[in-house]
Amino acid sequence: MKYLAFPKKKQQRVASEVFKATRRDFLKAGGVLTGGFVLGVSLFNCDSKGNKKGSFAPNVYLKISDSGEVIIIAHRSEMGQGIRTSLPLVVADELGADWGKVQIVQAEGDEKKYGNQNTDGSFSIRMFYKPMREAGAVAKQLLIQVAAKRWDVPVSECDTESSQVIHKTSGRKIGFGELAGEAAELPVPAAKDIKLKSREQFSMIGKATPIIDLPAITSGQAVFGIDAAVEGMKVAVIKRCPVVGGSVKSFTDEKTRAIPGVLQVVSIKGAGLPATLNKPLAGVAVIAENTWAAIKGRDLLEVNWDLGPNASYDSNQQIKELVEKVSGGEGTPRRNRGDFKSARADAKKTIARTYIAPHLAHATMEPPCALAVVKDGFCEIWACTQNPQGARDVVAEVLGFPIEKVKVNVTLLGGGFGRKSKPDFIVEAAMLAKQTGLPIKVQWTREDDIHHDYFHALSVQHVVATIDKDNKLSGWNHHIAYPSISATSDISVMQPDDGEMMLGAVDFPYNVPAIRIETHDAKTQLRVGWLRSVRNIPQVFAIATMLDEVAEARGMDPVAHALDLLGADRNITFNDEIVKGTYPNYGEDIANYPWETRRMKAVIERVAKESGWGKKLPKGSGLGFAAHKSFLTYVACVVQVTVDASGQISIPHVHYAVDCGTAVNIDRVKSQFEGGAQFAASFALKSAITFKNGRVEQNNFDGYEIIRMPDSPKEIHVHIIDSEDKPTGVGEPPVPPFAPALCNAVYAATGKRVYELPIKLKG
Amino acid sequence: MANYSISVNGKQHTVEALEDMPLLWVLRDLIGLKGTKFGCGVAQCGACTVHLNDTAVRSCSVPVSAVGENKITTIEGLSEHGDHPLQLAWQKHLVPQCGYCQTGQIMNAAALLKSNPKPSEDEIEQTMAGNLCRCGTYNRIKAAILTASSDSKS
Repeated sequence: MKYLAFPKKKQQRVASEVFKATRRDFLKAGGVLTGGFVLGVSLFNCDSKGNKKGSFAPNVYLKISDSGEVIIIAHRSEMGQGIRTSLPLVVADELGADWGKVQIVQAEGDEKKYGNQNTDGSFSIRMFYKPMREAGAVAKQLLIQVAAKRWDVPVSECDTESSQVIHKTSGRKIGFGELAGEAAELPVPAAKDIKLKSREQFSMIGKATPIIDLPAITSGQAVFGIDAAVEGMKVAVIKRCPVVGGSVKSFTDEKTRAIPGVLQVVSIKGAGLPATLNKPLAGVAVIAENTWAAIKGRDLLEVNWDLGPNASYDSNQQIKELVEKVSGGEGTPRRNRGDFKSARADAKKTIARTYIAPHLAHATMEPPCALAVVKDGFCEIWACTQNPQGARDVVAEVLGFPIEKVKVNVTLLGGGFGRKSKPDFIVEAAMLAKQTGLPIKVQWTREDDIHHDYFHALSVQHVVATIDKDNKLSGWNHHIAYPSISATSDISVMQPDDGEMMLGAVDFPYNVPAIRIETHDAKTQLRVGWLRSVRNIPQVFAIATMLDEVAEARGMDPVAHALDLLGADRNITFNDEIVKGTYPNYGEDIANYPWETRRMKAVIERVAKESGWGKKLPKGSGLGFAAHKSFLTYVACVVQVTVDASGQISIPHVHYAVDCGTAVNIDRVKSQFEGGAQFAASFALKSAITFKNGRVEQNNFDGYEIIRMPDSPKEIHVHIIDSEDKPTGVGEPPVPPFAPALCNAVYAATGKRVYELPIKLKG
Repeated sequence: MANYSISVNGKQHTVEALEDMPLLWVLRDLIGLKGTKFGCGVAQCGACTVHLNDTAVRSCSVPVSAVGENKITTIEGLSEHGDHPLQLAWQKHLVPQCGYCQTGQIMNAAALLKSNPKPSEDEIEQTMAGNLCRCGTYNRIKAAILTASSDSKS
């Protein structure tokens, strides 16, 4: 399993090519088999000159049937970001299809056919925007060729609209269906001959398109993982070892078996240690006719556990130890510029602060669940998964099946946030289905979800900023410690990995003469995974709240301070200063997706203007600012708070300015930012997971709180920079700057600095 | 195990169930109405909200044996064609992201508008506080409720 699952481990350019697929390919991809033609688009790695390298792998399909249906395969997982709508609309726009009649078919997991399907890392639009446009444009060109020949007119006089080719001068029209058969016989144009629409010609790109599942969702007909069903399906609920790495010694199930509806009780051998990013925890499964019998039966199980080496894990104790460590001495250098020791020795003023953030659980509203059927050496899965290919791989491995004997169907996801990239719950269903010969739906309860997540790990950081005699920020020393995601796969890992350090730590973009970033050991005694924006969350919390303090110490406005520190327009690379390796740049070549200070300054200036930065607010209210680039998207955020006498925080306004290049579906960009603010408000104000004796102390939404409507940020204004640049992602980038902007606003309102999340002002 | 006859969406259903089986699982597993979602099992999140007569209840915490003669309405029975004013307002405001919690949100809001056709923003916030949305659609939910309430004639 690839950590963070950026599309490529090595930096490679990716190009695309449209080709004609066979109908058989399309049928296998879930489409219907009638006449017409089918186009695939392949993504392939290429060298710097654009020459193809490696194998030719098709990945997305568009079909136009001879009855005029336009069918587009959605190969990425839908979890609320709108991708099942936003990528197909790109194809439909270029093609000139009648959007109201386009059919969208969700792809199963198949890497050979679709390329990367791991819906993670905010890269669906970034990676597939251009290939999708080309698929639509090629189909359009072929259809126009057929129509132009039929009419004996130049192709330049023809266009497409509402799934018809139109002869612009005479107004004649022919439906796609009548042209599809002949179009199928024509050769696909060379890449250089593909004509893409100009921006003015777009009918949907850059506008607000409702998600295709909207009526199904509001009427309760939408099918999520929990709704998947087959004839004869049984439900499994599992009692898992409360401590990661433990195992089942023995169990007593008399009381369980006495519950009417309980069928079998089956032990599951877990991955042990390392816990891995894809295999189950040890446990005992209760299989029953229905969910309630399984839950009741599970509650009555008595299991004797071997708790293993993590049984004494205490997260509060770990925080105390890490506070000592990060503020006490040298760590492993990860980035070096200039000489921080001299900067500190020469400093007129030194500010040193320690920042603490707790473990977090994803708490998707739909708890993990999966349905598996194993029959005649074939395993078929239905699951709410972000990563159907990863699920397919591990299910094949665990069952001992060849990969082609495993099929993973993707349902809608009731939230993902990174949790549903890990297929452990799917493996549970597959193992139980194989062992019992029954169709098995594994259902996690909320308690299971809170106790056994792949957590966002706690962090402890120490930042030392030095100000010289000329009142310049002369030195920046950032110490970082947290359990690494990599340790979930390799228990010898004691420090943040390079991927984690890329997320808002070593990519510190500010012009400071001396920069030293160091990491320290932290043991991992839980399953750690990635959660929406990952390590950007704590790292930017520390950086952007410290910068607010530095600005104040220098007597500068925080916005002016940030603009000043970014300095002149230029492209930043971090490579010369990173101690080991190169800057990963979210999997993209930094020449192709540079770090541009100009664009960061533009979002900062925009958010300042839109939010009325600098305006006078009544006592108890304040504005706070933070800016951060993540997942190649530039974001600046201003939060307005009011804090009452009891310490109750309310958030009447949030302003975001975002530069994500071309904004494909404007409304879904806005909704991701609205949701990103709420997601961040949860962990800034409410959420924390703690471990005692190796066990999670919270059980449900009463102990693990997320934001509710009365406390939630009220008006969230999203200002999108108008851009024709290559699109970048928006799922994660709203999250990191919100919490520090909120903390800075709390300071402006109350004079109290925040060094620990969630914010506690009361008591 | 016992037989229970319950009225759901105007139709009588007889189910054989343990007396403490929550209405949620009766609806989903025994009757096959899956628009009502499981979120927490302890009345903390509201994803499973249905109407018991005209009152919003968390179906995860109502045992089947307690339903009796009361009439249950689920999202599938809220309107004939998915066109309840709230469902239309939800579409107008493009409320859902992942959509999982939204049927519970709509059912909770529908009960609110039945008892209070013109709620204030504060009343909406207090009433909807029991319904969690992890995607963070709260402001659009509130806007949709205000739209539906201002469109209503009462």
